[in-house]
Amino acid sequence: MAKITFITQTGTQITAEASSGNIMELAKENNVEGIDGDCGGVCSCATCHVHVAPEHFDKVGKASEIEEDMLELDDNANEYSRLGCQIEISEDLNGIVLQVAN
Amino acid sequence: MKKSELPDPFSDARKTKGCGQMHDQGDDVTMVLGLKDVRKCAHNWKTFQSGAKPGRIVVPNEEYIRETRQIPFEVDPPAHGDYRALVEPWFKRPLEVAYQEKLQQLVGQSIDEALSAGELEVVSDFALKLQSRALTVLLNIPLEESETWIKWGTHVFRSEDSPVDGDKAKILYDYIDAQIDQALASPGEDLYSVLLSSEVNGQKLTREEVKGVMILTFAGGRDTVINAVTNTIAYFAEHPQSLDRLRQEPELITRSVEELIRYFSPLTHMGRVVTEDTQVCEHAQKVDSRISLVWASANRDERIFEKPNEVVLDRKVNPHVAFGFSHHNCLGATHARTLLKILIKTLSERIGKMEITDHQDNIEEWGEFKRKVGFDSLKVKFEETKG
Repeated sequence: MAKITFITQTGTQITAEASSGNIMELAKENNVEGIDGDCGGVCSCATCHVHVAPEHFDKVGKASEIEEDMLELDDNANEYSRLGCQIEISEDLNGIVLQVAN
Repeated sequence: MKKSELPDPFSDARKTKGCGQMHDQGDDVTMVLGLKDVRKCAHNWKTFQSGAKPGRIVVPNEEYIRETRQIPFEVDPPAHGDYRALVEPWFKRPLEVAYQEKLQQLVGQSIDEALSAGELEVVSDFALKLQSRALTVLLNIPLEESETWIKWGTHVFRSEDSPVDGDKAKILYDYIDAQIDQALASPGEDLYSVLLSSEVNGQKLTREEVKGVMILTFAGGRDTVINAVTNTIAYFAEHPQSLDRLRQEPELITRSVEELIRYFSPLTHMGRVVTEDTQVCEHAQKVDSRISLVWASANRDERIFEKPNEVVLDRKVNPHVAFGFSHHNCLGATHARTLLKILIKTLSERIGKMEITDHQDNIEEWGEFKRKVGFDSLKVKFEETKG
């Protein structure tokens, strides 16, 4: 199990647990505001954009080139940006904090 | 070649030049073909605007047949964001269970009709009907209203001999005017009434603004949904093993919808008006000229998509732009995705066999490019699942 904490734009903190699936799915199951996942997780809509807490970024890892191309054109992107649908959940992610970008 | 195949006519131009050229009612249009270029131009609303004269960003140009500005489609930021925020919750209703149950009923009814007819012409007798009926759910109005829209036929805007037909467009505009009058006289819980009582930045929406949202809702979701539904039937008629797979692995339906939409790209392209002298695909582009963002070409970009001309139902990374990109991405996308998911699930559960018995391709001509976008007619035999 990995415990993941989301912080929304309005400051609400939601901690959820999962052992599989991806971050977008986990956020949607827990009604995290600002994560829509319109395309169902195929890296087409960028509605699952999160900023990984800098101290946890190494655990999550960098975006792929295709994902980076999507983030490049997102006005709220920064160096810690990732798309939730492209982050697979594993034990290694236990304890990470994600700020919802939108 | 399979009847359901939609070839990519942009491939050579995309690889060699990155752009194409076409002429539209006296106006040159530079067609942007590569995925990255399309996305960059779509994102750069300051240089490539949507808020030009109403109708001008549409290809073929509608500025001579329409005065009403479509909202939020023909508005740029920051005003765009205010309108979009206003209408967005309404257009996200397809995520609600009650909405999906209504669509499920309508899809069931259409499949019942296909099975009891045994054979039917899918464009007029299945896709147009289903699109019209589903639109009553989006607008939250009685189902009977769809009968009027079905009578209009497949093209509200297009006639056989002209790309834009003012008389046909007037049918829609007059209809919407009458519906707005009715909603003003006796407000209900339909989209017209909700818009008429809405405010943006403390100002009530004007009648013209309400009309602009409604024209967009009707026009944007008609041919596109009809093509997507018809092409879905054609694809599964020729790929029964794919339908079998989705029956066994329904969790793949979400991805398959994205992949089919990428492959079909029901809207070939959309224009923008250039606000300053600039460059597109390394060529000079003059102020007040037009470009078009060719979603259908970008979605076959071999630099991004492996096997771009194949339907890979479980394609995992699929950064397509079939619903557009950035601020102006398709407002009706949630409705369209939900309808297609329910349609595919129901087909997989209830249809044993579909066979195409006759077809007439719908081929668009854009300058040097001829693109099959779907069918003018598609006759299909339907058989129920056995046992």
